[in-house]
Amino acid sequence: MNVFLEHIHFAGWALHFLIWFPLVGMFGVLLAPEAVSKRLALVVTLVEFIVSIPLWPAFNPATAAFQFATTMPWIRPWGIYYRVGLDGISLFLVLLTTFIMPLTVLGSFRYITKRERTFYAMMLLLETGIVGVFVALDLFLFFMFWEVMLVPMYFIIGIWGGERRVYAAIKFFLYTTFGSLLMLVAILYMVFKFHALTGEYSFAYLDLLQVPLTYREQIWLFLAFGLAFAIKVPLFPFHTWLPDAHVEAPTPGSVILAAVLLKMGGYGFLRFLLPFFPQASTAPLLVGIVLAFGLAGIIYTAWVAAVQPDAKKLIAYTSVAHMGFVVLGIFALTVQGLQGAMIVMLSHGASTGAMFLLLGMLYERRHTREIAAFGGLAAVMPLFATVFVITALASIGLPGTSGFVGEFLSLIGTFLTHPWVALIGASGVIFAAYYMLPMVQRIWFNALDKPENQTLPDLSRREIVVLAPLVAAMIWIGVYPKPFLDATQTSIEELLTTVEQRRIAPPPMIGLDAPPAARAGRLVVARQP
Amino acid sequence: MTFEPTLVWAIVLLPLLGFVVNGVVALAAPERKIVPTIVGPAVIAISFAIALVNFFGMLRTGPETAVIVPGYTWIPSGSLQVEASLQLDQLSMLMTLIITGVGFLIHLYSVGYMHADKGYARYFAYINLFVFFMLLLVLGSSFPLMFVGWEGVGLCSYLLIGFWYTGKVNADAGKKAFIVNRIGDFGFIVAMLMIFANTGSLSFQSVFAAAPSAFTYGGAVVTAITLFLFLGATGKSAQIPLYVWLPDAMAGPTPVSALIHAATMVTAGVYMVARTGVLFALAPVSMIVVAGIGALTALFAATIGLAQYDIKKVLAYSTVSQLGYMFVGVGVGAYSAGIFHLMTHAFFKALLFLGSGAVIHAMHEALHHTHRDWDAQDMRNMGGLRRYLPITFVTMWVGTLAIAGVWPFAGFFSKDEIIWQVAARAVGPFRGWFTLYWVMALVAALLTAFYMTRLMIMTFHGKSRLPDEERHHLHEVPWVMYVPLVLLAVLSVLGGWINVPAAIGRMPVLGWVPHAEWLHHWLEPVTAAAERIQAANLPALSETAPFGGGEALWALVSFAIAVATIVIASAVISRVEYRPALESAAPAGFRRVLFRKWYVDEIYDALVVRPVIRASRWLWRWIDQGLIDGVLVNGAARLSRMVGWFGSRLQTGQINTYAFAVVLGVIFLFLFVFPRLF
Repeated sequence: MNVFLEHIHFAGWALHFLIWFPLVGMFGVLLAPEAVSKRLALVVTLVEFIVSIPLWPAFNPATAAFQFATTMPWIRPWGIYYRVGLDGISLFLVLLTTFIMPLTVLGSFRYITKRERTFYAMMLLLETGIVGVFVALDLFLFFMFWEVMLVPMYFIIGIWGGERRVYAAIKFFLYTTFGSLLMLVAILYMVFKFHALTGEYSFAYLDLLQVPLTYREQIWLFLAFGLAFAIKVPLFPFHTWLPDAHVEAPTPGSVILAAVLLKMGGYGFLRFLLPFFPQASTAPLLVGIVLAFGLAGIIYTAWVAAVQPDAKKLIAYTSVAHMGFVVLGIFALTVQGLQGAMIVMLSHGASTGAMFLLLGMLYERRHTREIAAFGGLAAVMPLFATVFVITALASIGLPGTSGFVGEFLSLIGTFLTHPWVALIGASGVIFAAYYMLPMVQRIWFNALDKPENQTLPDLSRREIVVLAPLVAAMIWIGVYPKPFLDATQTSIEELLTTVEQRRIAPPPMIGLDAPPAARAGRLVVARQP
Repeated sequence: MTFEPTLVWAIVLLPLLGFVVNGVVALAAPERKIVPTIVGPAVIAISFAIALVNFFGMLRTGPETAVIVPGYTWIPSGSLQVEASLQLDQLSMLMTLIITGVGFLIHLYSVGYMHADKGYARYFAYINLFVFFMLLLVLGSSFPLMFVGWEGVGLCSYLLIGFWYTGKVNADAGKKAFIVNRIGDFGFIVAMLMIFANTGSLSFQSVFAAAPSAFTYGGAVVTAITLFLFLGATGKSAQIPLYVWLPDAMAGPTPVSALIHAATMVTAGVYMVARTGVLFALAPVSMIVVAGIGALTALFAATIGLAQYDIKKVLAYSTVSQLGYMFVGVGVGAYSAGIFHLMTHAFFKALLFLGSGAVIHAMHEALHHTHRDWDAQDMRNMGGLRRYLPITFVTMWVGTLAIAGVWPFAGFFSKDEIIWQVAARAVGPFRGWFTLYWVMALVAALLTAFYMTRLMIMTFHGKSRLPDEERHHLHEVPWVMYVPLVLLAVLSVLGGWINVPAAIGRMPVLGWVPHAEWLHHWLEPVTAAAERIQAANLPALSETAPFGGGEALWALVSFAIAVATIVIASAVISRVEYRPALESAAPAGFRRVLFRKWYVDEIYDALVVRPVIRASRWLWRWIDQGLIDGVLVNGAARLSRMVGWFGSRLQTGQINTYAFAVVLGVIFLFLFVFPRLF
């Protein structure tokens, strides 16, 4: 396999292909007749997924360096390059994206009935944006993808959404943009600081990583970056855009939003926040606040979720609860915590993605998501019920499913550094049962007493094809998570080392008033080819 | 000679295979019954056979240490390495035999009991899956793997309690079981976190090897760990305060009550305390708590059992009470005594449940014929059934005598062993507490004999309270159902003889066996480490009970209590004139309090369930929608809109408004700005 991949220079073009192929596909879809647009989009996302698979075997888990990396000049005077690369942290997020995308497209076949061509074009544009975010190693490029992805999402919610779609879309857009603008300012601050120290402009991740920052600077930049990511994750109390966005978004929008977009927040924490601002990321007060927000997410949102009359809104709130475990794991700053956070993100991608698909399929049948409108459906749709229950159990972290491995590692990792936080967080297992089981019961069990429910058809073959890979992923990660853990281990250990070293001994501060000659050469600029 | 384990993974995985096969049938062709009928019981039978092979191998070679059967690395993360491997030792061997042996009989019985059910294949899929998780629970070599089984059996319990899911009562009961169990599981998880942080491992062997040096005797950490573990046990094994789910769990099919909610799953907590005995032995406070909760539960549940009319409810509270005994045993550090009672209880309580299932089956068929809307489980509708169900009648009396503790039945030996061990261990720091528990256990034994006699008299003796039309349709159950009853009855007699106490073993007739205390010695390789810790930190066991008298004397006393209670209760209850349920008045006075189960469900509902739901609603409406979204988020939006509105008002397009503003500005400059500048 690897010989073959070397022969075709896979490492050289894989990431470019993964970023730009969906964009090419988008133009294809726009030019093609309306009737074939969905099939064309499916083909594009499938090809994308197939091409992404070899990333895993070709990935070398022994090194923390960026792999498949390439650099091309873009706006040279400002040090903006097209730099992409992949490490253990981004590998599975890219794979998650390419894996979820074709399933989502296939899952939209019946749900999306108006302006299909535009819709699938938007989905493909979205994929370009997401993959770009996860592989960009230049902060300008990163920021561009980060913003690009907002546009299709805005339209997906705003055009194909429910009744209050415009409100939800604008809320989503403003919320996210507000965070990103602060991040942009922070990025520029770092770039200018780098320029002051070296006389050169650079947006390169590895360059900016070396910029020495005072504790005060770190705190402010941490807040700016952190807010952008906290909104995206979303971290309590910046989460209120999410329930609205989910409820109004069409099924595919919700699936992508939950399964992939939220992960960009977690990814941001891992990729930028911790290594850029190690002293701020370990400042007791800041970490305390973040962990408290994470705990609030786990417990408070679980309680709020439990009393939602709308099944989709309920699941939307549970996303916040899951992401609470991600935040706990990340800020625990232990191997187990970070790996747990990674696994929770993947697990949540599969289980919540599947959950939104399932609720969408239910909606296609009954045109409502009101829990009270159902009851006893297991009697008419046994297979649907089975898949739903498995997904629900994976979501609440039953051992043997992906949810458990992630939550357990995240809690173990948190306990090692913040025992009381982990202790309180562990109560999330109770509240997960508290929100999930009553909903399962009220939809699938109890008497089948409503006439309109008595003739609902069970899962169609297309729907089985959409759901089966997701269920398989939940069980695979639950039973045999080793391949995932092995591939992320080195990068995560390296990240922890970086944070630890730079926390204790930050690079020497160089006075900005010193003559440029004295400052030059103190930082090594990554040489451009 | 070293012990070579045989196909241990197959023991565990065969039931999983059964689940897959039956699950496919359940979804693809639910009306097909042949495949589940064969595959369902067969996989368990083969597992049992392999377990027997291993048992005899162990018997021959007597391994002193546990055998680890490797599998694969499950969760490797930094210093945490969780292996998916199995641990075969004398304790897990015994549990495996009980699970597969009793499990097979119950599978066989289910073929008859469930044959007319639409969910036949689904039933066997669930119950096979249950056996898989239960075996994983006892054979897993580490805390996380045990936890997989632990939550897995909870899942199956949930699915099987709510098996007839179109009934809201059943679905509610399943949900209640799951959520209450999750409270316990929270304790289990926290305990695991603490164990890993303090010993650097989660595999049993490493943790127990490290424990004596990692923890100080009676220290806060090990006490906290064991109390959290015990919280897990109170959930799974239905102890105060988390027992409330088990009586409701009777909504499931009766064989499920026998297998999961009597013989195996609910004993997982007892197994867990015995398995982690090293940790509990290091925490005397936890021992007092475990044994205390056990004694309290044994007594408390028995009082409720006195006043129930539903035959399965009586047995459910009886199970809660007997589990309490087991916790008294493992709590005071007499691990083999607790496990011994676990085993005999598996025999006679499975027997009693299957017997009650036979009764319900017969009642249900009779009532079904005439479409009379009577409760087939209410004992007030029964009476005189011994004429129609002779085999069930005899075998259930065997079970009753066993649970009441009558010689030579199994319960006599096992319950007496626990009661005596409490007395003998009431020394040193434990003297006051354990004396109290001992008295409680004796009183609970009396109550046990009473409520079981009541059950038997109301069900089988006296005149039938069924109307004539139904009485004609009462029949003994088919052979697939009574053969398991007979076999379990045999075990309920013989089972006790594998662990005859030494004091009784020396007596003529009463205790003649070649090897006294065989089970105790069998388990010694497992319990030795915990016993060493106790021996090093506690005074020697007492030879006499707190109020004098030795083991043999007190065995005779408890035997006498049991027999006397049965005789007196029979006489008393036979004289009570019961009326069919629909014609009976509701119980009054104190009996009403017992009938309503001390109102514990109502109290929990008022103090926990409703407040949590109310708080959830309040948080959603006032904090999430009100404060965060309403005031802060949309408030910010309104503020910016207001600023925008104000700005747009200024753009009037009328020249005089602008001129007026310019004049205002100039005045402002002259009055406030220029004077300061110059």
